[in-house]
Amino acid sequence: MESIQDLLSNYEFLAERASADCPSVLCPAEKYLEFAADLRDKHGYDMLVDLTAIDWEHELPRFIVVAHLLSTTKHCYLRVSVNCEDDNSPEIPSLATLYPAADWHERECYDMFGIKFSGHPDLKRILMWEDYPYYPLRKEFPLAGIETPLPAADIADVTGVEAEPAPMMGGPFVAPPQGVVSESEPRAKDESWTEIDPKPTKRGTP
Amino acid sequence: MTQKTEISLGDVASRAAEAENEIRTERMSLNVGPSHPTTHGVLRLLMELDGDTITKCEPVIGYLHRGDEKIAENMTYNQFVPFTDRLDYLAPLANNVAYAIAVERLADITIPERCQALRVLICELARISSHLLGIGVFGMDAGAWTPFMYTFTEREKLYDLFEKLTGARFTTSYTRIGGVARDVPEGWLGEVKQFCNELPKTLEDVSNLLTRNRIFFDRTQGIGTISKEDALAYGLTGANLRASGIDLDLRKDKPYSGYEQYDFDVPVGTSGDCYDRYVVRTEEIYQSLRICHQVIDKFPSGPWYAEDAKKIYAPTKGKILTSMEELIQNFMIVTEGPQIPEGEVYFEAENPKGALGFFVVSKGGGVPYRLKIRAPSFCSLSILEKLAPGHMMTDITVILGSLDFVMGECDR
Repeated sequence: MESIQDLLSNYEFLAERASADCPSVLCPAEKYLEFAADLRDKHGYDMLVDLTAIDWEHELPRFIVVAHLLSTTKHCYLRVSVNCEDDNSPEIPSLATLYPAADWHERECYDMFGIKFSGHPDLKRILMWEDYPYYPLRKEFPLAGIETPLPAADIADVTGVEAEPAPMMGGPFVAPPQGVVSESEPRAKDESWTEIDPKPTKRGTP
Repeated sequence: MTQKTEISLGDVASRAAEAENEIRTERMSLNVGPSHPTTHGVLRLLMELDGDTITKCEPVIGYLHRGDEKIAENMTYNQFVPFTDRLDYLAPLANNVAYAIAVERLADITIPERCQALRVLICELARISSHLLGIGVFGMDAGAWTPFMYTFTEREKLYDLFEKLTGARFTTSYTRIGGVARDVPEGWLGEVKQFCNELPKTLEDVSNLLTRNRIFFDRTQGIGTISKEDALAYGLTGANLRASGIDLDLRKDKPYSGYEQYDFDVPVGTSGDCYDRYVVRTEEIYQSLRICHQVIDKFPSGPWYAEDAKKIYAPTKGKILTSMEELIQNFMIVTEGPQIPEGEVYFEAENPKGALGFFVVSKGGGVPYRLKIRAPSFCSLSILEKLAPGHMMTDITVILGSLDFVMGECDR
């Protein structure tokens, strides 16, 4: 098995990252594709098992994309990370042409963090719907969620029925617990409203 | 006076060509799901058909997205265990174990032998339960009802065993960081042993119905063939990968929880079609039974949780009621969460559906900073866009059944 020292000495642009298990390297964005191609063709990392991002919130750079590669012959993992230079519109090259598995992983990463992958064949949302306005795994997105109209605008145009957002809590099928709902669910607490002083919605006071 | 009309018959080939022109197949788009009996969950397929042949198939996912990764960032490590049940809800015990091991790797604690053996046992039982369902519904997708009844009866017996061990049939939430929730109840291992002895009889019945069945052959052989290269490129894992001829089993190749002590074989397919995936799963059940027998035969005694992990595993009730120090310890772990050091760890376990990975990023304390779940079903479904075109519409049910995915895990 090739040690991390060999990789670091062969590729001078790499930096080592702290890791509790497998070797972990930090690669500059401009060398990312070239390095990944080498890993696949020369070092036997033939499978991309996972690709995700971390939002460091207050640290700079804010977003880091982390990919895990596995060699199915040597049975070892390698963690390759790339910092996103621009915090406001993060963008790094896409691995989808090298590893087709990256296609969906990158779409998910874009969906959840808003990181763009240049060269991706079809970068669109995967878990949320196409017009969803937020990136839910960014740290500033509240756990309680943000009330958003459901993707029924096109149907509403035809039927003339107003499309309303789904209720964040309770709703017609849930019996209200004793007391105030927003207090009974401490984890989902959204400070901007209570039952007594509800958010103005099209439905009026619930 | 008779009228004569000359008609030309032409040769066979030209008539066939004419008929081809006459029967105009129309391209149509077809929407399957998100609620459809053959999709095994809320999967939506946007298909384009040319007659009965699929020309394009785009899976649309996300209907079961609950934001598990966001939830994980907002609760302590132990509080997240019930959420892992709901990933691959056909093998919750295996998910529990994979999650616990991932966090324990980061905390660098040693798990006692008894706990490791118990975890191997429940992982294998979960695999048997998941594959029993997988084979049963796969037969049903191909038109065979009876095997499903047989496999479901056996699965029911397993669920009774799970209930005796964990208190719940479905949502087990059995592991804790540093151990399991409770020790094995008295006599339970004997019941598991009995189940393991009786299961091969049913498996034989199911095999007699499916494995050499002509109709089953015709429905599954040569259908949904995934080449070695594609399987690797799309990140397929588990039985789906092995059916394509790649010998990768994390239990053998990256052993965890003491798998290296047990003797078992890794079944590998040759052609990578739906039939091979079925055969690999069937054989895996036999191999799991072999492991179960070995675990029970040399089941170690001793502690069943990491006793020296003072800030991670909450002391048991008996100790809390008698010792002040341990009461405080318990209080701290329950309120603040198990104290996990800073770092990053990626751990994959060989689950019934494939490699379930957890990427845990900790900044110290009782709450993960980021937890990424690498779902095998997510990767298995991503190949569908490449796999489905060229097949008949009716084959899609067989292909979906053979990929054996779970939407709870895919959408998270």
